[in-house]
Amino acid sequence: MPLAMKQVAPGIFVHQGVHGEVTAENHGGIANIGFIVGAEAVAVIDSGGSAIEGQRLRAAVRAITDLPIRYVINTHVHPDHIFGNAAFVDDAPAFVGHAKLAGALTARGPFYLENLIERLGDAAAGTRIILPAQGVGERREIDLGGRVLRLAAHPTAHTDNDLSVFDVRTSTLWLSDLLFMDRIPAIDGSLKGWLEVIAALRQVNAARVIPGHGPVSADWPGALDAQERYLRTLLDEIRTLLAEGGTMEQAVETVGRSERGKWLLFDDYHARNIVTAFTELEWE
Amino acid sequence: MPRLLTPLLTRITLDPGLRSERRRAPMMQVRSILFLAILAIAPGFGGGEARAASDNLAIWPDIKAALFEGREIHDGAGLLQLEAPVRAYDAAIVPITVVAEIPQTAERYIRSVHLIIDENPAPVAGVFHFTPDSGSASFSTRVRVNAYTNIRAIAETSDGELYMATRFVKAAGGCSAPALKDAESAMANIGKMKLKQTDDVVLQEVNQAQILISHPNYSGMQFDQITRTYIPAHFVQKIRVSYGDRTIMTVDADISLSENPSVHFHYLPEAAGAITVEVKDSEGMTYDRSWPMTPAPAS
Ligand SMILES: [Zn+2]
Repeated sequence: MPLAMKQVAPGIFVHQGVHGEVTAENHGGIANIGFIVGAEAVAVIDSGGSAIEGQRLRAAVRAITDLPIRYVINTHVHPDHIFGNAAFVDDAPAFVGHAKLAGALTARGPFYLENLIERLGDAAAGTRIILPAQGVGERREIDLGGRVLRLAAHPTAHTDNDLSVFDVRTSTLWLSDLLFMDRIPAIDGSLKGWLEVIAALRQVNAARVIPGHGPVSADWPGALDAQERYLRTLLDEIRTLLAEGGTMEQAVETVGRSERGKWLLFDDYHARNIVTAFTELEWE
Repeated sequence: MPRLLTPLLTRITLDPGLRSERRRAPMMQVRSILFLAILAIAPGFGGGEARAASDNLAIWPDIKAALFEGREIHDGAGLLQLEAPVRAYDAAIVPITVVAEIPQTAERYIRSVHLIIDENPAPVAGVFHFTPDSGSASFSTRVRVNAYTNIRAIAETSDGELYMATRFVKAAGGCSAPALKDAESAMANIGKMKLKQTDDVVLQEVNQAQILISHPNYSGMQFDQITRTYIPAHFVQKIRVSYGDRTIMTVDADISLSENPSVHFHYLPEAAGAITVEVKDSEGMTYDRSWPMTPAPAS
């Protein structure tokens, strides 16, 4: 059964992930994923959390067009975004990712996969690790036939291998997990780096943005505000605490409490974000 | 993977026959427990502490026999306390504090503290040695926790007695070295150190400081998918902190310490001097640095 897609701009289709944990019922489908259709070819942007979700995404592509799927773009290493890759192997697309994606996926992939199998059981069938054959060091343009996508590899932010996609025709910025909306951001790279990337992204002139979690499309650049506020609150409050000689345990107790109630899954990820940020900022 | 104990740098492997009877599952299952920490970071993979240690029969008697050979271990009440979160926020970085409740006097002091994480593949996270010049044997550090486990601090006093404090911690997967969030910069910064002391240095009193050591502390449990082998362990093995020519603290450490090891420690300076920290890792690489500690002018 094809995934339900929303056309957020002409030729851009996005499926909205559920706000929850990965389960057999949702096939790992917790992230926003989709595809862009040009005059000659299709680019899939993130393939989903399992081979089954990837197959359903592929079915959604085929419900809309018969054009070849020439690219599968992996926005970063997290399993909810790229474990659908296997479903596209027969299309022989170029798997494209950040230049550091292959290294990150090599180190973490087997354990992501083991955990997926544990959680999904039979529903994980067919899911396997597919390393990107093409790494983007800084920038790259791909042409889908009268439709140019600008890929940008970012410095360490959400992870150390974040890649964004800009569709020139509709001025749509596909940020994936560089932007969390509604669901609490997960810091798996660098807090300071992420804030710097956000500042740089604000210079981009876009009509709309596609976040990795949250609505399928949102206003630009206002959609950045809540995430930036959250990250900046962590930065400011942890720095203040560190200046007073505060400990990690104190940080976990006190930092960012004003953000509670503003994010889904806050209690599941906030403390870990603090630990990550604290161990980064204590070196300042 | 054999369980390793590291009393005073000598690795003793527990009788493998004994272990394999107790361990229900071989490598694959152990590994899957190991790596939940990195999973937990990815959205949708939180709550990764589902694996309990109940798979295993108690291992503590084995550890105790290997390390303390039948010596009596007293209840630590009144001598030391152990502080740890009931549930870890990040299994790869679990903050642990040992509070010493006796002063370090020449007559009687805490000579060493074994920090033991029962269910970790290398249960001895570290042995922390102190002297009267430490002022206090209280310290904090951060550890990897691999499964629901008891964590123990066992102090040996200068009169040769052992005292233990224990906490149960819910966490899993912390031995996953690829908690590295930026692998490239981790290796670029290896050996870099930072000493932090928030309060003014006060002579003749117990001061507290923190040493941070930039080091990936590879646990030897990362699997390289391409070579199909484990990336070799590479971790901080010895930390020596001195003030002037006096030793304040030495740590014999192992893979259970978190990456970028951190230790809060105490020292009792008698005169102006410098803190020197010397670090040696399992590859034989050494790093050292000194910081002059300037006492606050008398007000
Ligand atoms: Zn992500």
